[in-house]
Amino acid sequence: MKAFDYAAPASLPEAVGLLASQPAARLLAGGTDLLVQLRSGRKQADVVIDVKKIPELNEITLAADHSLTIGAAVPCYRLTDHPAVQAHYPALTEVASWIGGTQIQGRASLGGNLCNAAPSADSIPLLIALSASAHIAGPAGRRSVPVEAFCTAPGRNQLTPGELLVSIHIPAPPPRSGAAYLRFIPRNEMDIAVVGAGASLTLANGVIAAARLALSSVAPTPLFVPAAGDSLLGQAPTPAALEAAAQLAQAAASPISDMRGSAAYRRHLCAVMARRALELALSRAQENQ
Amino acid sequence: MSAKVQVQTTINNEPVEFLCEPRQSLLECLRDIVGLTGTKEGCGDGNCGSCTVKLGDRIVTSCLVLGVEAAGQSITTVEGLAHGNTLHPLQKAFLENAALQCGICTPGFLIAADALLQKHPQPTEEQTRFWLANNLCRCTGYDKIIRAVQAAAHEINANSGAAQ
Repeated sequence: MKAFDYAAPASLPEAVGLLASQPAARLLAGGTDLLVQLRSGRKQADVVIDVKKIPELNEITLAADHSLTIGAAVPCYRLTDHPAVQAHYPALTEVASWIGGTQIQGRASLGGNLCNAAPSADSIPLLIALSASAHIAGPAGRRSVPVEAFCTAPGRNQLTPGELLVSIHIPAPPPRSGAAYLRFIPRNEMDIAVVGAGASLTLANGVIAAARLALSSVAPTPLFVPAAGDSLLGQAPTPAALEAAAQLAQAAASPISDMRGSAAYRRHLCAVMARRALELALSRAQENQ
Repeated sequence: MSAKVQVQTTINNEPVEFLCEPRQSLLECLRDIVGLTGTKEGCGDGNCGSCTVKLGDRIVTSCLVLGVEAAGQSITTVEGLAHGNTLHPLQKAFLENAALQCGICTPGFLIAADALLQKHPQPTEEQTRFWLANNLCRCTGYDKIIRAVQAAAHEINANSGAAQ
């Protein structure tokens, strides 16, 4: 690995100042993507800024209304092991336990998964389904963007020079709502999604009052499909309605062929995974009074 | 070359200081600077688990940790498992169950399995397989490793029962 300097600022202003003064800096949270990229030469850095000492990036805050703020550097295992997150966000607990294996989960963060902006990122479709937003700090102050707008191309994100992701905020899930993320992989664990689907669904008076669906591994970025969710509004949660929404998700996908599957296979899987994710979200919504 | 950094850690319950470049992985620091060569390098990108060590209360692949990140933290490597000449029950069970052939993956499996048994003293086969999914072995086919971990769990639990 090429030589670099290391800094571990203890506060957000210090980190923003350092980042603004160092154009060739890279941010380090869990390092499970960055150190691989630096070692292979795919990314370069003069300075690596370790953000794990910044308190705000290390906090999990579940508010009284059950909205959730996850610091950008919080490793996956802390979400998996958090009893209140388990109780209120079962889908989030699952996805945090599916990113890499035990060792990777000891380091890797959802914030890093988001910033790395891989089309196959497992956490992003679920975060989109949960209406999450990315809280960003930079030289011009703070701003917030919906997660669906955060990734701009493979490996590229919304952050401008000098900015960093502080946290991911998930608004309070409404009553009678449920969410799910499912992925298709040929093994049982430790693999990259051939296709993944995240869904959320809210029921009111026997019909679907809100629904959101997003896919991974089928487009240059994790793909939000508003038409799929919108098609369910006001509908009774019937298998036919879910299947119609899944078909819309499939129509929005633009998968490529690679070692993990052909474009045609992925397109087929889009409808299957979208339908199953909606079904699981529905069954969770029905359980949540 | 960047200035070297002095790093203070606790390794296998002993205070250890080392001087490293910021770009050096914890794995390189352990093996090439501290001289603890029990931890092995396999893939170098976090997939194979050979370089697994315990950092704080979590297992990590030490190839994906910078040595400087270990400042102030405690580390357990395979050298810290045995008590003097008495092997750890996992080490004994790996020998008795022939859970190794070439041995390169073994230190990583032992550290990962030790962390598993601390979290789940009597893990199911499924828990064991999922927990160890980040450790690859190209010799044994895994069954013997899983059996060794379960045998060690039995022994540890029997001994802790006897002690009570």
